[in-house]
Amino acid sequence: MLLKNTGQKWLGFLIAIIILLFLMCASIVYGYTDTTWSTAIDAFVNFNGSNEHIVIESVRLPRSLIAAAVGASLAIAGVLMQTLTRNPLASPDILGVNAGAGAAVVVAVTVFGNSNLELFTWLSFLGAAVASVSVYAVGSIGREGLTPMKLTLAGAAITAMFASITQGVLVLSEAVLEEVLFWLAGSVAGRKLENLTAVLPYLAAGWIFSLLLTAKLNVLSMGEDVAKGLGVNTGLLKIGIGAIIIMLSGGAVAIAGPIGFIGIVIPHLARSIVGMDHRWVIPYSGVLGGVLLLLADISSRYIIMPQEVPVGVMTAIIGTPFFIYIARKGFNRQ
Amino acid sequence: MRNYKSYRLLNERITYLLDRRAMRVFGVLLLVTGALIIFSTGLGEMKINPLDVFKVFFGGGTEMERLVVQTFRLPRIMVALLAGMGLAAAGGILQGMIRNPLASPDMLGITSGASVAVVAFLAFFSDKNHSLTVSIHWMPVAAFAGASVVAFLVYLLAWKNGVSPIRLVLIGIGVMSLMKALTTMMMVLGPIYQTSQANIWIIGTVYGSTWKNVAILAPWTISFLLIAFIYARNVNVQELGDDVAMGLGERVQKQRFILLLVSTALIAGSVAFAGGISFIGLMAPHMARRLVGPGFGALLPVSALLGGIMIMGADLVGRMLFSPLEIPAGVFTASIGAPYFIYLLYKTRNS
Repeated sequence: MLLKNTGQKWLGFLIAIIILLFLMCASIVYGYTDTTWSTAIDAFVNFNGSNEHIVIESVRLPRSLIAAAVGASLAIAGVLMQTLTRNPLASPDILGVNAGAGAAVVVAVTVFGNSNLELFTWLSFLGAAVASVSVYAVGSIGREGLTPMKLTLAGAAITAMFASITQGVLVLSEAVLEEVLFWLAGSVAGRKLENLTAVLPYLAAGWIFSLLLTAKLNVLSMGEDVAKGLGVNTGLLKIGIGAIIIMLSGGAVAIAGPIGFIGIVIPHLARSIVGMDHRWVIPYSGVLGGVLLLLADISSRYIIMPQEVPVGVMTAIIGTPFFIYIARKGFNRQ
Repeated sequence: MRNYKSYRLLNERITYLLDRRAMRVFGVLLLVTGALIIFSTGLGEMKINPLDVFKVFFGGGTEMERLVVQTFRLPRIMVALLAGMGLAAAGGILQGMIRNPLASPDMLGITSGASVAVVAFLAFFSDKNHSLTVSIHWMPVAAFAGASVVAFLVYLLAWKNGVSPIRLVLIGIGVMSLMKALTTMMMVLGPIYQTSQANIWIIGTVYGSTWKNVAILAPWTISFLLIAFIYARNVNVQELGDDVAMGLGERVQKQRFILLLVSTALIAGSVAFAGGISFIGLMAPHMARRLVGPGFGALLPVSALLGGIMIMGADLVGRMLFSPLEIPAGVFTASIGAPYFIYLLYKTRNS
């Protein structure tokens, strides 16, 4: 734990928010079309219809907001999953929730075409829900119940299953492949503000509910028996947490595609900064998740300019060494 | 001992105890395999009845029938059979070694390593007009190299005073995610028709196999299957857990390395020629276990035959269902495999 007392934690949180805001602005200013900070301010204060101003308003602004929202959602979903399953490797991508939502969206594009945002979002939720329920069920069958190993393997198996469905659909239709490929790699580019506003209510609800549940999460992380003994209705709590996870990761996938590793890197980072208390871990994770995805997105524009690396690839490159580090350290940490 | 029959050969220098039930199952599966080969050879765009197929095998039949059977159908059926055997056997070894029925070749990242290599091969050996600068026959080499490199990498990263099954799986899953991301990146950056070519390879197909492929794959797969069979008792011991295995005088780490090497070799050979066909390595050993029990000596051959039958069947359905359009075999193994897998988990939840 890096920050010891409450004052330090508030200060750290303030600094994190400032970094987040700075990166959101940086994401608006830097990229292939060269703009300066003053043009960016101009674009909002007195819009003159020039090329730069249009790029800033219709391309960069949504992108920056989406990156922040998606990063925050995935990170918080990661915290919730790790607490719920008591598994340090749990995260929306490892446990197959992203893959489920992804497969649902690919099927939706194939059947209904790429038009109806509302439908997209709901199907994405449905995919996420099916995946998380099946992973949880598959992971907890058997005598020992929900062991981290079984859960992780169940996640990998469910991911493989949904990935095969996705791939099967894509093999059959080259047109759909072309349409969804970039989305499938995980990307916050080329989205409109409407994509965000369609999903934002669910994401925001997810953020707020997880903030409201922090005290209960603290109790739950002490173990289910202790939580029951302290008078928490664990069954109901778990269902609630599950619903929030589905909203957050399903919503994130609906906008940005299956972006991996944010949900695993950030919760650990947040815990190493502020300790195990969820009242701090959740807000820190949200802000830091946004920071990480913004950083990854900004750097993805520069690596092979003028082309862009999908941001999901960037997060995977950043996240894999971290994942391996945790896997090597083992499960006995908590 | 009524259920077993012992064989003593060469003045009792080689002895073997055979499970009668396993022998029966094996015999039936062998017949099914043979029948499927003949039927599958006869079915497709041009239908040939099974009797004529026999004639063609022995040099009879019309010119046209000989061409279709010998040049187009038999090689791909053989590749399907061999790839299925390899994947299923490797899956059996891994499940025994890792002591978890959910383990499979796809999950150690080995298949995804091959995918990255193939997509990279298509991307880097293309000129400005997007035509390949080297022969497509090198693609299996790329797949093989990718699979081996990733398997080695996973093993290395999982090493910490020896490798434990849990670390092996977890690190395999991590590496797999990275490989998938890299695959997607190269597909995104490449031209679209190449992308769809790569996608077909990733899901797995035996389309366009030649006798040359069979000539490479057959000795490779068969020799590693034999090695696996000889090592069967080590898998049995590993399945008891590290402590018991050590107590029985097993050199756990060394055997684990050899078993991993054998399964990597089997997987790499299969994916090199049949692509990333999924779920065979997961399903076949499960079915085999239900048929002949967990003893690995009986499990391995039964599981291998089941794997071969499944890929041949998937390939046959892929050829017939939307004929003349060909659906990659991997689409069917996945769409049958996934629900079957969940059903299986549910059925065996307390064992």
